[in-house]
Amino acid sequence: MTTDVTDLAAVRAERVREIATARRGIRGPLIPILHAVQEELGHVDQADLPVIADVLNLSVAEVHGVVTFYRDFRRAPSGSSTVRICQAEACQAVGARALGEHARRRLGVGFGETTADGAVTLDEVFCLGNCALGPAVQVDGTLHGRVSPARLDALLGEVTP
Amino acid sequence: MTRVYVPRDSAARSVGADAVAERLAAAGADVVRTGSRGMLWLEPLVEVETPAGRVGYGPVAPEDVDGLVAAGMLDGRGENLGLVEDLPWMRRQQRVTFARVGVVDPLSPDDYVAHGGLAGLRAALRTSPTAVVEAVVESGLRGRGGAGFPTGIKWRTVLAADADVKFVCCNADEGDSGTFADRMLIEGDPFTLIEGMTIAAHAVGASEGYVYLRSEYPDAVETLTVAIEIARERGWLGERILGSDLTFDIQVRVGAGAYICGEETSMLESLEGKRGQVRAKPPIPALEGLFGRPTVVNNVLSLASVPAIIADGPASYAALGVGRSRGTSVFQLAGNVARGGIVETGFGITLGELVNDFGGGTASGRPVRAVQVGGPLGAYLPVDRFDLPLDYEAFAEAGAMLGHGGVVVFDDTVDMAEMARFAFSFCAEESCGKCTPCRVGAVRGVETIDRIRSGQDREKNLVLLEDLCELMTDGSLCAMGGLTPMPVRSAVRHFGEDFQR
Repeated sequence: MTTDVTDLAAVRAERVREIATARRGIRGPLIPILHAVQEELGHVDQADLPVIADVLNLSVAEVHGVVTFYRDFRRAPSGSSTVRICQAEACQAVGARALGEHARRRLGVGFGETTADGAVTLDEVFCLGNCALGPAVQVDGTLHGRVSPARLDALLGEVTP
Repeated sequence: MTRVYVPRDSAARSVGADAVAERLAAAGADVVRTGSRGMLWLEPLVEVETPAGRVGYGPVAPEDVDGLVAAGMLDGRGENLGLVEDLPWMRRQQRVTFARVGVVDPLSPDDYVAHGGLAGLRAALRTSPTAVVEAVVESGLRGRGGAGFPTGIKWRTVLAADADVKFVCCNADEGDSGTFADRMLIEGDPFTLIEGMTIAAHAVGASEGYVYLRSEYPDAVETLTVAIEIARERGWLGERILGSDLTFDIQVRVGAGAYICGEETSMLESLEGKRGQVRAKPPIPALEGLFGRPTVVNNVLSLASVPAIIADGPASYAALGVGRSRGTSVFQLAGNVARGGIVETGFGITLGELVNDFGGGTASGRPVRAVQVGGPLGAYLPVDRFDLPLDYEAFAEAGAMLGHGGVVVFDDTVDMAEMARFAFSFCAEESCGKCTPCRVGAVRGVETIDRIRSGQDREKNLVLLEDLCELMTDGSLCAMGGLTPMPVRSAVRHFGEDFQR
C-alpha cells in the first residue's frame, strides 16, 4: 500500500478537525486549539487554518491573524530539539548576549532558524523567570541556569548528533 | 527515615535539584519536594528535618550528596547553614504572601490546610460579598502587577455591576525580565492563588475564573493544572464550595509568547481567542471585560495576598508598609547580583538595603553601576539613588516605578546607551501594533539611538530622542509604548556619559 501526499494531507486535516471540534465548546477556544495542534502535529500549517476556521465559524483571515500574532506558533516544522536562550535584561547583565552569539556561531544559524541537519532550532526568548540564576536557557522545555558557554556546549552536545 | 526537603521549583531544578533529590532518596532519605525559599544563590538548597527545625545545606551539587550524607547530613550534622528560619536573609523578611512557599509540598492539600490554608476562604464565605470587598479596600492592597490600582476599589466596581455572568481573571503573564515571583508562588503554593481567586469570586459574584499563564513557564502550568484538579476533588472548586452556595471553577489558559498580553486588555483579547491587541479604555474591564462582562483582572500576587488579608484581618496587613503603599511587597533580586531571590517585606525599605544588604552587591564582584526596577519598562537608577524607599509614590516622584517588584542589577561593565537601545528594540519586537506612537516610535527610537551612538548630529538627535519619548509617553494607548521612554530617559538622565562616547 502506498500513501501519497494527498492522503497525508487528508489525514492531517481530519486530525486537526478532531482537535478543534473537541475544544469548540470552551470559551475562547482558538488559542487552546492552536496549542493542541502544534503540540501534537509539530507546527501550525497553512492548510490547517481553513479547517480550524470552519469548525469555529471564523474567517480564515481571522485565524491567520491570530496564528501570526503569537511568536509561539510555528508555521513550519522545527528541529528535533529546540534551544531557547534568554536575551532579556537580567540575563544580559550576566552575559546572555555573548552566550547568544556563541550559540549562533557554534550552530551556524541565527535565532529563529533550524540547523541544516534538522537537529536543533535555535531561538531567543524574553524571560524564562530564572532571572537570579542567569544566563537562562531552555532546552526542549527544560530550564537550565547559570549557563556558561562551556555548559551550553555540553547541553548542545546532548541534542546534536 | 529522615525527612529531607528539596525544592521542585524550576529555578532550583535549573541548577540540579532533581539529581540532588534522586541521590538523597537513594541514600535513604524521605525526600519531600517543596517550592523554593527564594534564596536562589543557595540552590539547590536541601533542608533536613531535625528536632530543632530544618537545617539547611546549600548549594548542594549532586556529586556532593554522598559525602554530605557520610558526614552526618541526615542527622543534621556536618558543615551546614544552620536553621533555615534563622538565616539573616529569612529573618529580615516579613513573609505574608510567600509564607508557605518553600515550606510546604505545593501539591499536598493536607499540608496546605495544616499550614493555615483555607482560613481566608472559610472566613470570607461566612460573611457577605460587600464585607469581603470592604476588607480588601481597608487592607490597602494595591495591584501587584505594576499599576498599583487599589484592588478593593476594582472589586467594588465589579460587585456593583449587573450581569448574567462575571469573571475573575488572574494575570500570570509575568513577562518582565527580573520578575519571577508569580512563577515561584504558582510552583510553590498554588492553592493560595486558587483560594484568593475563589474569595474574589465570592466577593464580586463571579462564577468562572481563568489564569492566563505564560507558555515560558511549563512547570508552573503543570503544577497549577494539577492543583486545580486536586482542589476540585476536595470541593474547594466547583459547586457548593466548602458547603456554601458558591459555585466557581478555574481554567488555566496558556499564553503564546506575546509580552503585550501582560497588559490587561490585551490579555482579555487573547483569552477570547484573538490577537493580543490592547483595547482603548474606557470601558474598563471591571465593567466590560472578558466577553464584555464585568471582570476582575488581578495579578497573581494581588490575588494570593487576599487569603491572608481575610484570615488575619485587613488591619494586620495595613499595619505593614508606608504611606499609601500598605502591606508587603514581594521584591525580586535578579541579574548580576551575588544573592538573588525573593525578598518579601513591608514597603519602605530602601533600594540600597535591598541591593546591598540582601543582594550582597554584584555576582561579578565589580561595583554596581545601575539597577533597573520594575521590568523592561522601568527606570534605570544609579547607585546615588539607593536611598529611595521602595514605595509606589516615592518611585513615581523619582521618575521611576516599582512595577512588579523586580530589581535587575548591572555592574560597571554595562553600556547604558546599549540598554536604552534595547528598550526600544524590545518595544519594536513586542508592540501589538495598534497605536502609532508605539509601533512606529519604537523603530524610530532604535534608529535615533544608533545615530547618537555613532556620533551623527549627536546633540540634535538627543533633542529628537527626548521629543520622541514625550510623544510616546503622551500618545500611546497603553503602558508598552507609554513607558518604554522611562528606561530610555532614565539612562540618558543618569548615565549621559554613555551617550557621548
